[in-house]
Amino acid sequence: MYRLLRPIIIKEFRQIRRDPTSLGMLLVLPTALIIFVGYALNFDVKHVPLVIFDQSKTAESRELLEKFKRTDLFDYKFDVQGYEEIEQLFLHRQATIAVVVPKAYADDVLAGRDVRIQLLVDGSDGNTGGQAVANASRITAEYSTRLAVDAIARMGGRSYIPIDFQPRVWYNPDLLSRQFLVPGLIGFILVLTAVISTSMTVVREKERGTMEQIMVSPLRPIQVIMGKTLPYLLISLLGATAILILGYVLFDIHVRGSLIVLYGGILLIVLGALGQGLLVSTVTDSQQVAFLISVFSSLLPSFLLSGFIFPVSSMPLVLQLLSNLAVNKFFLVVVRGVMLKGVGIDVVWPQFVYMGIFAALMLGISTRRMQKRAA
Amino acid sequence: MNDHAIVVQDLTKRFGKFTAVDHVSFNVRRGEIFGFLGANGAGKSTTIRMLCGLLSPTSGRASIGGHDVTTQPEQVKLNIGYMSQRFSLYDDLTVEQNIRFYGGVYGLQNDRLEERMAWVLKMADLKGREGSLTKTLSGGWKQRLALGCAILHQPRIVFLDEPTGGVDPISRRNFWELINQLSDQGITVLVTTHFLDEAEYCNNIILINAGKLIAGGTPSQLKRDYIVHPILEVTCQKVVDALEIVRAQPWVLEVSVFGTRLHVMVKDEHEGASQLSALLAAPTFGLGTIQRIVPSLEDVFLYLLDRDDGGKA
Repeated sequence: MYRLLRPIIIKEFRQIRRDPTSLGMLLVLPTALIIFVGYALNFDVKHVPLVIFDQSKTAESRELLEKFKRTDLFDYKFDVQGYEEIEQLFLHRQATIAVVVPKAYADDVLAGRDVRIQLLVDGSDGNTGGQAVANASRITAEYSTRLAVDAIARMGGRSYIPIDFQPRVWYNPDLLSRQFLVPGLIGFILVLTAVISTSMTVVREKERGTMEQIMVSPLRPIQVIMGKTLPYLLISLLGATAILILGYVLFDIHVRGSLIVLYGGILLIVLGALGQGLLVSTVTDSQQVAFLISVFSSLLPSFLLSGFIFPVSSMPLVLQLLSNLAVNKFFLVVVRGVMLKGVGIDVVWPQFVYMGIFAALMLGISTRRMQKRAA
Repeated sequence: MNDHAIVVQDLTKRFGKFTAVDHVSFNVRRGEIFGFLGANGAGKSTTIRMLCGLLSPTSGRASIGGHDVTTQPEQVKLNIGYMSQRFSLYDDLTVEQNIRFYGGVYGLQNDRLEERMAWVLKMADLKGREGSLTKTLSGGWKQRLALGCAILHQPRIVFLDEPTGGVDPISRRNFWELINQLSDQGITVLVTTHFLDEAEYCNNIILINAGKLIAGGTPSQLKRDYIVHPILEVTCQKVVDALEIVRAQPWVLEVSVFGTRLHVMVKDEHEGASQLSALLAAPTFGLGTIQRIVPSLEDVFLYLLDRDDGGKA
């Protein structure tokens, strides 16, 4: 078996080496994407530009506002003198959030009356706006609790806080989005490069007539398929390893779980993607069409539907059902679980089963279709 | 039966409603050069692809070297070589890498591979260019290299599908010398072509039109059987005008244009010659000579195709 596979494997490597575009896609693209995603694609909402409209201008109001100025969640810009000014700053994108302190603030606080602090937010970017509101509310609530405790103490009572809420974040204590995105990137890149490169290499042979020449030889379709996919499987594994190393060196992202489980998952998703690429190559004879179908069938599902960036649970039901076609959705569970939480095969085996079925289906259908054309 | 390398019976291929090959039957003897002729789209390539196991027949059967193409495709593939007009080589690999690849696909190794590689390089006149990228080779070289790769494993039966398409006349002649050498070694060669001068090199020929076999035999048999009447070659300056007038005469059996000459089939050589010189006497035709010629295969095939299409209309 291997004796007949070897010539194809050797030939495939020679062709890959001579073709700078395919080599670039297989090795440079993963590196470029991880740097891009790791540094630029960031959902962490920090340094939101903040302005303050302090109508009270008292020691009490300054004490409150100090809390907003002394956090890296907000970047304090300057004080403003009216609502028109806030609107102008929002329109010119110089401020995203504004804290308005009423004139009677100090009097009311000292008298023990309820006070209202107003928060104005530019909501055109929903994600940033939402997180800014949450952060501002938390700061204000903490300060408010302290005021209440102090007030009770002044009245001679025993300080008492009914609920001591203690959030503690596991696995990603700083809630960094890159901890979440970089592992997900592995599946995205593997699927994209494997589908495109296999479909292109097979269709190129059909265009040149060399596929026909191989088909009249005693090689069986399964041997042709294995010979053509093994080199890309190997290169994909190298690409995945490069991402893991870069993730560790640049972003300090460790693999907490077992490397064997992780590579098992990588192997399965790459096999499925290679099968998908072969399937694409059996429906068209032109490299352009093969490229388009490959990009559409791999990039869109594994980027949009898989939960790589947008959570599947918040999609409409139809899209949630469709998302099951994106094999990357299942790989993401594996890669995030193993890398961030250190889970083992006892947790992610259902995902392995699904990816195994997907790979078997893709490789099986494409082998059958090739046999039908040939025999 | 035993001296037949290829036996084809009622072979038929339909693509939907279109019948590409329609109940074709023929036999090819061992060691002969068998010409398979027909216009583009007549069904030549489809037939060859069925014989090589690239396409499955709709009905009928074919056996190659005693092995049935539908039930024993593996044995068939081991015993045949196939080369198509596309010279299926890897342009981005070197000459040697192409030979090693195709050798490996057929399971050649070590000494045998080296020996066959030396043979191909000598045959294709590529010694010293082993390291050249295949895309830098000219058409004739690619053609010979493609043939070499197709017969690396020393098959007893070789299929050549339009092997001389797109190469210059000298390369074409050299290539036919190679085909003759193969035949001398006892290898059966089935070759398709639409160059009728090439068909003269074949031991046996069949002609296919619109998927149906319309004639077969040796070149001289075909000429004898189908050209029973004399053919006169007429040289004149206004060939097209002359054709119109000659074609309309009831005593003309067949007429076709060959460059600046007309080939006219008549019942009687002398009567026809005098009738023609009278008909084309006007100086506007610029009549030159009229003489009887030995018919070529081209005459035969134009006659046969004309008859076949006439029958359908």
